[in-house]
Amino acid sequence: MLFASLISTYLIYKGRSVVGPFPHEACAPPLCATALPAILNIPITSQSTFVLLMSSLSMVLALAAVESKDKMPANPTFSEKILGSSKLWLFMTALLGTTFLGYQAFEFTSFVHEGLTIRTNLFGSSFFTLTGFHGAHVTAGVLWLLTLLAIDFKRGLGPKDALIVDISALYWHFVDVVWIAIFTLVYLIK
Amino acid sequence: MADHHSHEHEGHADLKAMGEVHEHPTWKQYKWVALILTLITVAEVWAYYIPWFVASRAFVPLLLIMSAVKFAIVVMFYMHLKYDHKLFRALFTGPLIIAISTIIALLFLFSKLSVGAHA
Repeated sequence: MLFASLISTYLIYKGRSVVGPFPHEACAPPLCATALPAILNIPITSQSTFVLLMSSLSMVLALAAVESKDKMPANPTFSEKILGSSKLWLFMTALLGTTFLGYQAFEFTSFVHEGLTIRTNLFGSSFFTLTGFHGAHVTAGVLWLLTLLAIDFKRGLGPKDALIVDISALYWHFVDVVWIAIFTLVYLIK
Repeated sequence: MADHHSHEHEGHADLKAMGEVHEHPTWKQYKWVALILTLITVAEVWAYYIPWFVASRAFVPLLLIMSAVKFAIVVMFYMHLKYDHKLFRALFTGPLIIAISTIIALLFLFSKLSVGAHA
């Protein structure tokens, strides 16, 4: 409901900014201090979207590894070792989540350098609020994953812990599906 | 703590015995799901860069459909709702319908969407 409200707010304010920069249209004086192209960087955001989708894959592999830890053969092959390593997949998920946050930090910084802040116009206010809240959820997810990774290193995660890992996985995929909606509604639809 | 975990595990096993919990997808299914999600994302971005298509009336509906398909795939396979008990499906789809209805209602309320011609 929180994200539904934030997405609604973004869509309602879309196209109602009276000064630039604008998301999909170029901006020239007097609407902007200097001439600026459309501010959204689709290639960069597409990469970050791909990173977040892959983090969901590594999360399901982490859960599968935890669930099947007691089914590991006595002499596992290399691929069985890789697929069965919950530490590797939890670490990969946290790393991909952090990479997504890095992309977001880069995007926010470049927007500020181009003159778009949360106070510039309606687009800036609704965009930074929506994507900032999503980024905060990703940050919470990364911290959660790192906590699970620390537990895995300390005492090992096994089938008895499958439920707690599953709950964190559901949270992570929720963050992913919210981004799927944001990517289309904010970045791709002009 | 150990007791707590053993209770959780027993609870999970009980649900499994009752047929309430089903097996999750396999590694091969996960791999295909990731590939399909990537291909749909590539198609979405590709469509964004075709000017005549962006100008057409099909652009927005097609993007929304592709996004909805990605959403559904993640929910069904990664969030394993396809394999879960119908109660969990209802617990997810119920609030989702409320959320989507809220978005549509707010868009109508603030004149972003309208039915029929304006006077």
